[in-house]
This record gives sequence, structure tokens and C-alpha cells, in this order.
Amino acid sequence: MTDVSITPASERAPERYHPATKLGVTGFGFYVYLLSDAILFSALFATFAVLKTATAGGPTARDLFELKTVGLETACLLTSSFVCGLAMQAAEARRPRELAALLCVVFALGAGFLGLEIREFAGMMAAGAGPDRSAFLSAFFALVGAHGLHITVGLIWIGVLLIHVTTMGLSESYFRRLFCFSLFWHVLDVVWIAIFTFVYLLGIQP
Amino acid sequence: MFGKLTLHDIPFDQPIIMGTCLGILMVGAAVLGLITYLHRWRWLWVEWITSVDHKRIGVMYILLALVMLLRGFSDALMMRTQLALAGGGHAGYLPPEHYDQVFSAHGTIMIFFVAMPFVVGLMNIVVPLQIGARDVAFPVLNSISFWLTAAGALLPNIALGVGEFARTGWLAYPPLSELPFSPGVGVDYYLVALQISGIGTLLSGVNLITTILKMRAPGMELGMMPVFTWTALGSNLLIVAAFPILTVTFALLMLDRYAGFHFFTNDAGGNPMLFINLIWGWGHPEVYILILPAFGVFSEVIATFSGKPLFGYRSMVAATMVITVLAFVVWLHHFFTMGAGANVNAFFGIATMIIAVPTGVKVFNWLFTMYGGRIRFEPPVLWTIGFMITFVIGGMTGVLMAVPSNDFLLHNSLFLIAHFHNVIIGGVLFGCFAGMTYWFPKVFGFTLEPRLGKAAFWCWFVGFYLAFMPLYVLGFLGMTRRINHYDNPAWDPYILIACAGAFLILGGIGLQILQLVVSIRTWRERRDLTGDPWDGRTLEWSLSSPPPAFNFPLLPAVEGLDAYWTSKSAGLSPGRSAYEDIWLPKNSPVGFVLAACASVGGFALVWHIWWLAVLGLVGGIGALIASSWREHGEVCIPAAEVARLDHLATVFRVRN
Amino acid sequence: MTETVISTPTHLRTPGTDTRGSTGRWPTYAVGFAIAAGLTAASFVLAANHWLTPASLVAALVVLAIAQMIVHLIFFLHITTAPAQKTNILALLLTLLIISLVVIGSLWIMAQLNAHMVPMDQLMQMQR
Repeated sequence: MTDVSITPASERAPERYHPATKLGVTGFGFYVYLLSDAILFSALFATFAVLKTATAGGPTARDLFELKTVGLETACLLTSSFVCGLAMQAAEARRPRELAALLCVVFALGAGFLGLEIREFAGMMAAGAGPDRSAFLSAFFALVGAHGLHITVGLIWIGVLLIHVTTMGLSESYFRRLFCFSLFWHVLDVVWIAIFTFVYLLGIQP
Repeated sequence: MFGKLTLHDIPFDQPIIMGTCLGILMVGAAVLGLITYLHRWRWLWVEWITSVDHKRIGVMYILLALVMLLRGFSDALMMRTQLALAGGGHAGYLPPEHYDQVFSAHGTIMIFFVAMPFVVGLMNIVVPLQIGARDVAFPVLNSISFWLTAAGALLPNIALGVGEFARTGWLAYPPLSELPFSPGVGVDYYLVALQISGIGTLLSGVNLITTILKMRAPGMELGMMPVFTWTALGSNLLIVAAFPILTVTFALLMLDRYAGFHFFTNDAGGNPMLFINLIWGWGHPEVYILILPAFGVFSEVIATFSGKPLFGYRSMVAATMVITVLAFVVWLHHFFTMGAGANVNAFFGIATMIIAVPTGVKVFNWLFTMYGGRIRFEPPVLWTIGFMITFVIGGMTGVLMAVPSNDFLLHNSLFLIAHFHNVIIGGVLFGCFAGMTYWFPKVFGFTLEPRLGKAAFWCWFVGFYLAFMPLYVLGFLGMTRRINHYDNPAWDPYILIACAGAFLILGGIGLQILQLVVSIRTWRERRDLTGDPWDGRTLEWSLSSPPPAFNFPLLPAVEGLDAYWTSKSAGLSPGRSAYEDIWLPKNSPVGFVLAACASVGGFALVWHIWWLAVLGLVGGIGALIASSWREHGEVCIPAAEVARLDHLATVFRVRN
Repeated sequence: MTETVISTPTHLRTPGTDTRGSTGRWPTYAVGFAIAAGLTAASFVLAANHWLTPASLVAALVVLAIAQMIVHLIFFLHITTAPAQKTNILALLLTLLIISLVVIGSLWIMAQLNAHMVPMDQLMQMQR
């Protein structure tokens, strides 16, 4: 029963299991990590949901949130997700200069989002509505702040990716890392959908 | 410059602590001196510290677990002796403020730094070998996971000599763990240590899930995986699902303590009950994370040593997956008494009873596996049978407490203590010891001395019953947990018996250490030359002991369950042709460096040395970013070399 | 007995990998962007005005949010119901199950705990 055939098993029986490619392995692993991050955010959401009425006589959501800012932040993030998709296509087509340019745009939009958010936080804290004022505010700052922290990590990541592509070019391993970044960035936008809906839009309702 | 840290934080006036620290430092110095004397630094760095080989990393995990077992067990001995001395109004030798730290450290260390690393270590070593893979999916990440766990383990031990540890119990409930009631550094040590190791564990979960789902040998469908791999999958799914909750909950408590937030405080709208809800949302899946791989070990051991295939493979797999999902619907049974009302308590109480059913299925399958088999009573089998008896008792007391009205009487009594030690020692620890003795020859190339192993088992087994059965009685007699003295004379005999049991277990540990020493000194007499010392059924036994770095010279083509047994029975000799180049992942220092940064930064965070904490964070991130510059993470082993190594191993086996 | 393995499964995909080597894909991102932007705008407009009753508004916003997330999953993350995506879908469903259990369970438990909590003035009396 010595079978030394080198016909890939995948061709002989395509519906059976086969080990994955390196990209498949890396992508799936990062996807599993992102699912765990989703659970992390859900714990923060649960905390916010429980504590959102615990305003301890302090400012409430209606007092604090401005839809204009949130709308701008949302536009920045959504657009950056779209541009990130374009960047992935540039990478697949092996166009490193276009990729770098698009990554710069993603960075700019992400930095815009972060800048708006930092301004919002600073304003709240200056007005005495910081995280130490009440449990509601603690929960708000933790949830939205955690998302902002992830965005910050994403921006650092874009920086590293930009340095790599301009100095070392587009290799297989680079593509894997870029791919993981794009998953990360899209998932952050999905989390933001939940945040602006449940924290802001529903929060300002009477 | 040094934050809150001063020389006064070293407890020079505590002789026990100072003696212990001196002992630890002396042993540590001796070990470092020995390494220097034997000129083994380079070897240590290349072969172990920077290794990304899952087998090496698994061994390091288990070593960590065994060392921490000594620390955690010392805490247990201290508690038992204190209680034995502190009846009838005597104060004993351990004042309450220290006793509280001892029981907090005991629980924290045993769960996070003994049980978790032991289980993760076993899964690390065995799963790739069982599924016909050359390593895990992300070898460098694996190294990072281990070193972060080790960094986490370091901090509670530093707390012994510098500052204090938490006095809140192993789960640090607020408001006691909030600043007003725990102003010292103890809770901070606890939180920082567990956050660091928690990241390591989460990454390990991602790693093993990906490995199991995407890197099995060609032809190995899910329904052909060994049961240990299935339980590893369940356990790692739970890790990935539950540890984020732990991370969030501890982060929120840290925000309360460090930045004045109000999640769990008594004022400004905080809700301490929320902490308890969230932490047990992690805590219950955690115990299933620990027990599922132990169940897997028992399945492998009992099938091998009964000489029969495991009974009811499909129901075993189904039971494993059902337990995995149900693990997330029972967590409230840890706080029935907190007052959520009858409806909530009833739901979770019934769910808790339901989750006992798949476990029962497993027990019956193990019994049916044994029935009609020719059982060889090697040490792994002793641990397994000991588990079956002990775990069933512990499980039954758990179902007893699953009835909320019973739990109102028994919550936080010694009955509870007896129950969870019953299932964790009888289940997890016995499983780890069974797995250790079972797979030891595969990893090191020689079996452990069996007579000492059996003696150690009996000391553990009898010692466990002596130490914990009285605690059930004490629970019924009204003794609560976490007290360091008492004055009810009816409790005296039980406390004394329990203390005796603890010392018998100490004897067992001593015998295990002796077994290791003797086995290593006489290793030549018990060499495993065939790679298959137990007449095994799964793929890891098809390799030499120890396997080459790349595990499988040729990836096996799997066609059914118990792949190795099938090929063995058919008398197929491994036909060696068409070797290929093998790409092995290169060593990497990033795990060790990250952990060093985490340790330094974590210590700094505890003592509010902000500049050093920032330095640690920046250093860690910098090391990660720097490591991404490495374009080629693999080294090629040419086909000719693979062939040569394979022939060496085969010749070695055939010769004997 | 053993065969050499060349691992080139063209059909085993993780999220997004099936865009590799494919051309003319930017319409997918653009279409997704347009739909998502529309849904987002609808959410904001609905929330800023008082056209719906509070309960209907909550329902509408939830539906819109879920729709936006699905758009992201399909158009940006390329998670579809294709057979090669089976593991990814399974993982996603399992995650959604866990999230539901944790969030809904926590909300139920905490609400019940708070409801059964002794009122603060009575509690303070009991401290004496």
C-alpha cells in the first residue's frame, strides 16, 4: 500500500479536509483573536448597559453628547474602512506606491476620528463630566475609550506598515500582516456601529 | 523616583517571610551558579529560552506549574497547621492579616499558575503530535504566551518579599478590593500579574484553535481526531470566549483603583455586584477550561491501558461540545446567595444540574471502555481510576449545591471548599499527573520509575481523602471558609485529620520529586527505544522518543480514528521515500523580552513608578514592532538531512 | 504509505482571502460603502428627529445597526455563506451566542439583583 503519488490530495477529493495555506492559517488565527476582542467589547457593553442609569446626580447622556461630533467621527471611520478596502486591492495588484498612498489616507481619517474623540473627552472632563464623576461616565469612558485605544494601536500599526512597504516592499509575509490589519480595521468599524447606536443615538433619547 | 516604594516595604520584621525569601534567593543563586559552572548559558538561551518548539514550550509550562505547586502547597500547609493550632481561643502562629494573604495567594497561584500552565503545557506538547502537525500555528506567539504567563507568576512571588499580597481571596471582590478598604499594593500585584498572564493565555487559545482547525494532517477529518484533541479544542474555545471577560473585569477594577473610576465602588453609582457577576462569567468557564483537557487525558489513558478503543467516541465528542457550550449558562451558581431572586436562581440551578449529564456520559464511557479490557495498572491508570472515584464524589456534592436552597446553607462554608478541591484535585490535578506520567517518555525518551510513581499516587489519594472529607463534615457543622482561628471544640478532630491529610500529600509530593530525581539518574534502564512504550493508539506514539524537532519526517496520511493503531495492526512498516525539505520556525527572543518588559513595567505599575511603567510598555511594544522586521522566520532542513535523522531514529528503534 | 503533501487548497478561505488575485473588485467596496453610509445616515436622521415613538425608534435603530454590521461582514470582510466559509460562520455564530448569553444574562441578573436590593434607607437602618 505504498502510495507515493504526489497528486495533491486536495485535487483528488476537494470536499475533504486539507491543511490550510500560511495566509489561511494566519488569517483565521487573527479572525479568532478578533472574535475574542468582540467578546471583550461585549463585556464593556454589558457594563455600560447596567450602569448607564447610574448618573449619581451628575450629567446624563442627553446633557453631554453632540450628534454632530459623533456623525463626523462615524463618517471618518466608515470612509477609512472603505479606503482600507481599496488599499487591500492595491496590495493584491502589487502596486506598492498606491498602497502607501491609500494607507496614508486611512491614517489621516483614523487620526481625524481620534482627534475628534480626544477633543470630546477633554471637553467632558473640563466640564466636570469625567470618568470619576459617576458610574455611567466611568462606563462610557471605558467603552468608548477602549475603542479609541484600539484605533490608536491601529494607527501605530499603519505607521509600521508604511515604513515596511516603503523600505522593504511588498512580500508574502507583508501581505499577511496587511491583511490582518484590514480585518482589524473593519472590525473596529463594526464595533463603532454598536457604539454610536447604543451609546450615543439611543443615549440622547428622552 | 521610586513611586510608593521604600525600604520599609520589605518586611524585615517577619521572620517566616524573610526566611522564605532568603531560601528562594539562595536556591535561585545556586541554580544560576550551576548553569554558569556548567557553561550552559548559551545552551539555555538557544535550546529553551528562545525556543519556539511546542514541545520545549510545553515542558517549560509544566516546569513552571510544578515549581508553583510547591509555593501554593506551602500556603496550604501553612493554613492547615494554623487551624490545627488555633482552636479553643489560641491565636496560632499566623495573624489574620497574613493568613488572608496566604489564602489569597494559595488560590491565585493554584488556579492561575499551577493548573492553567499544567493543562496548557500538556495541550502544547501533545496536540500537534496527535494531529500530525509539525508545530502549532503560531510558534513565536506560543513562546510569547509562555513567557507572559511566567512573568505573571513572578509578581505574586515578588510580593512575598516586597510589599504584600492581596487579602481579598483569589477573586478580589469589591468593595474590599477597592482603594478605601485595600489601600496597599496587594490587590495591585494581583491585578497586574493576572492581566499579564491572561493575555498570554488568550493568545495561546487563539493559537491552539487555529492549529486544531487548520493544521491537521491530510485526511484527518474532525471525526478522526483523538479525544484529547477534541477536549483541547473545547478548552481553547472556552479560553478565547471567557478570558476577554476577565481582562475587562480586572481592567475596570484597575481603573477604579488607579484612576478614580466608579464601576464597583460604594459611591457615585458603582455596583460591586456587577464585579461578581462578570468575574464569574469568566470564572465558571475557567473551571471547564481546566477540566476538559483532564477528561481528554483520561480518555487516552484508559483506552491505551485497557487495550481497547475508547467506548462511545461520538458521544464523548458530543458530550465535550455540550459541556463547552453549557459552561456559559451556569455562572450564577457561584452567587446564589447574592439575592437575584427565585426565578434567576432556579434557571441557573437547573442549568447547573443539566451540565452534570454530559459529564456522566463521559464517566460511563470510561467505565465501558474498561469493561472487557485487559487493564494494565501503570501509574497513569492509577491516577485515572483515582480520578473516577474522586471526581464523581466531588461532582455529586456540586449537584447538591446546585439546588439554591441547599446552597443558602452551604455557600462559603467548608463544604464548598471541600467540593471544589474535590473536583480540582481529583479532576484537574490527577489528570495532569496522569498526563505527565503518560507522555513523559515521549518527551524525554525514558519512562518514569513506576514504583515511586505508584507510591506517590497512594500518598496523594489517601492524603486527599484525609484532608478534604472532614471538610465536608465541617461545612455541615457550620464552619465557614477563610477563618484563621475558631473556638468550637466539635470541629477539632476534623481539623486535625485534615492537617494530617495535608502532610500525607506532602509525602506524595516528596515521592514525586524523588521519582524525578531517581528516574533521571537511572534513565538508561528505562529508555524508550521504540517510541511506543505503552502500546498506544494515536499518532504521537508513531514517532521516536523524543521526536525530532520537526515531529513528523513525512506528514501522515490519515484515514480513520486511532490512526497509529490501525497502521500498527496492519503491520505496516513506515515506507520511507520522497522526503521533502522541511521549513522549521526559527528561534525568537521576543517572548522573553516582552515578558521582561511586562515584569518590569508591571512591578512599576504596582508601586506607581510611572516613568518605569511607561518604559516597560514602550519597550514591549518596541520589541514587538522590531520583531516584525524579520522577513524570514524559518530555516530549511534539507530533505537529505531529514532522511538522515529519520534513519537514525528508525535504526535506534529497530535495534532494540 | 505516506504521501508528500502540497498544501494548496484553493477553496479553503478565511475572511477576505478570496479577493486574492481577483480583479474588478472595487465595486464591492464602493457598493458596500454606499449602502453602509445610507444606513448610517438613516440612523442619525431618525435619532435626531421625533418621527417615531421611543419603542419604535429603539427597534429601528437596532435593525439599522444590525444591517450595517451585516453590510460590513459581507462587503468588507467577505464573510459569506459560501461552503469554504463554513468554519468562519460557525465561529461567528458561536461568538454571537456567547455575546448574547453574557450581555442578556448580565442584564437580567443585575436587574433582578437591583430589584431585590433592600432600599438604601432601610439598609442604613440595618447597619446600626
